[in-house]
Amino acid sequence: MRFDLQMIASWIDPAARVLDLGCGEGELLHYLKTNKQVTGTGIERDEKKVSRCIEKGLTVLQGDINEEIHDYPDNTFDYVILSRTLQQVYAPALLIHSLLRVGRKGIVSFPNFSHWKIRMQLLLTGYAPLTRQLPYEWYDTPNIRVITLKDFRKFVWQVGFHIVKEAAINTDVQDKRGRIVNVCQNLFATYGIFMVGKDEE
Amino acid sequence: MSEYIEHDSDGVTVGQVEKKYFTFAEPPHEMELESGARFGPITIAYETYGTLDADKENVILILHALTGDSHAAGYYRTEDPKPGWWEIMIGPGKGIDTDKYFVICSNIFGSCMGSTGPSELNPKTGRPYGLDFPVVTTGDMVRAQKALLDYLGIEKILSVVGGSIGGMQVLEWCARYPEMVVSAIPLATTTRHSALAIAFNEVARQSIMADPNWNNGNYYSGSRPNLGLAVARMIGHITYLSDESMRLKFGRRLQDKNDFSFNFDADFQVESYLRYQGKIFVDRFDANSFLYITKAADYFDLGKQHGAGRIVKAFSKTRAKFLVVSFTSDWLYPTYQSRAMVKAMKKNGLDVSFCEIVAEWGHDAFLLSSDRLTNLMQGFLSRIYSENRS
Repeated sequence: MRFDLQMIASWIDPAARVLDLGCGEGELLHYLKTNKQVTGTGIERDEKKVSRCIEKGLTVLQGDINEEIHDYPDNTFDYVILSRTLQQVYAPALLIHSLLRVGRKGIVSFPNFSHWKIRMQLLLTGYAPLTRQLPYEWYDTPNIRVITLKDFRKFVWQVGFHIVKEAAINTDVQDKRGRIVNVCQNLFATYGIFMVGKDEE
Repeated sequence: MSEYIEHDSDGVTVGQVEKKYFTFAEPPHEMELESGARFGPITIAYETYGTLDADKENVILILHALTGDSHAAGYYRTEDPKPGWWEIMIGPGKGIDTDKYFVICSNIFGSCMGSTGPSELNPKTGRPYGLDFPVVTTGDMVRAQKALLDYLGIEKILSVVGGSIGGMQVLEWCARYPEMVVSAIPLATTTRHSALAIAFNEVARQSIMADPNWNNGNYYSGSRPNLGLAVARMIGHITYLSDESMRLKFGRRLQDKNDFSFNFDADFQVESYLRYQGKIFVDRFDANSFLYITKAADYFDLGKQHGAGRIVKAFSKTRAKFLVVSFTSDWLYPTYQSRAMVKAMKKNGLDVSFCEIVAEWGHDAFLLSSDRLTNLMQGFLSRIYSENRS
């Protein structure tokens, strides 16, 4: 399993109820179900990926995460995961509120736009940066949000939640290995993973 | 649906099967129907495939659509030209694996394929019921299926599976007997008919009733309303296809000719196809059964029946794990109807999976060979099977 997903999995308590938004082919959910006896549900837009998940024996719904999340009663889940998707969300504040309405905790990960390679590209070449983690041209990218670790911390505070724990990691797109970044995180981390909680808890 | 019945391309089959009969509600113990009428005796035709486990935990109940029957898989005799109607899905190693599951399929109450319906003899008069047959509902059909399962000694169903009107029975099962149903697969169906679906059914019924041979349903001793029934079937077939599938299947191609005939023969392939489907249908189906079953489908309203008008409340009674499937080009039971039931299930915290399969074949897609559907069913059922055992 991808390193970032391993990190997320390590944060999930056994037997928890989990909602994975944009679950892809269900790699994380399958791992959690098999190894942590988690009761999981996934939401995925792509028909092929949805059917791969169901074939594996996962509970997955085809649909748009921004729409599908609304139907769940409050606190249906212990954790709601939004992995590598925030940068594509049109209304992040709305979605994060939904995450913490239907879930007790939210776990959000995204590619860090302030990684030194991105900064250097813009500084030295003058072109919009292209990296392995963010490989799209400006005109065909689904990534409509530019987020850095510092921006996200500020955002969480602004929308009225708090960060329970976080990990800045250096790993590649599909890498099973990676490392935790402790020094100058905003400069050296390719991805950030945050667990977000409500203030009352 | 019969046009799609096909042999398994790999020749895998459950083999020879037998149609069996079960009779209950003998007077004076008639069944009280939803309409308030009391009716009996009731015979249900059914078939089973595979082997029932000693603990009876591997039962799958198949519910057929409007014109289907109990013959879901296999052959009665080796010389049969066609297998059961879901041969591609039911059999050893298939989507519904008969090496693993014990599959039951029964003909619905009110039909004409072995179960009691308007064409059967009324024991009181010695003549067919005709319109003396009471109006039956989807709930009545399901209660008759429950009587069959009681007779077979089955208390728990691993999965109830059905498409279209069969899917409505699936939902009815889940709401009516929640303690019995472990999981459910409603395919290409709805919690209630749209005005569009009712409208098509009404035109089909009018076509039958406008045929002079129909004679208020009293035609069994003379000529049958074959013209009306054939037109009803033609209308049905249009609703089972889609604009896209008809374009691909027929376009404007002509049938066995290079130019128009300049009369009212079937010039276009689509005309010829519909006429053929209408013609072969009258040999196997009873016009009155068509009226009764379409009426039951139009009356079906899960929210009204089980939730005081709200489907969220109706699903609060259910306990099954669901796999809901719709098809992109189905305009008879469009995806929004499946999404509405999924939404209601989610609001109740039910375990539900949903997939909208990309298919150009309209409503009929659920009966066609599709690896996507086969794999979905296989994966879902084996998960339910193992979760039920653990």
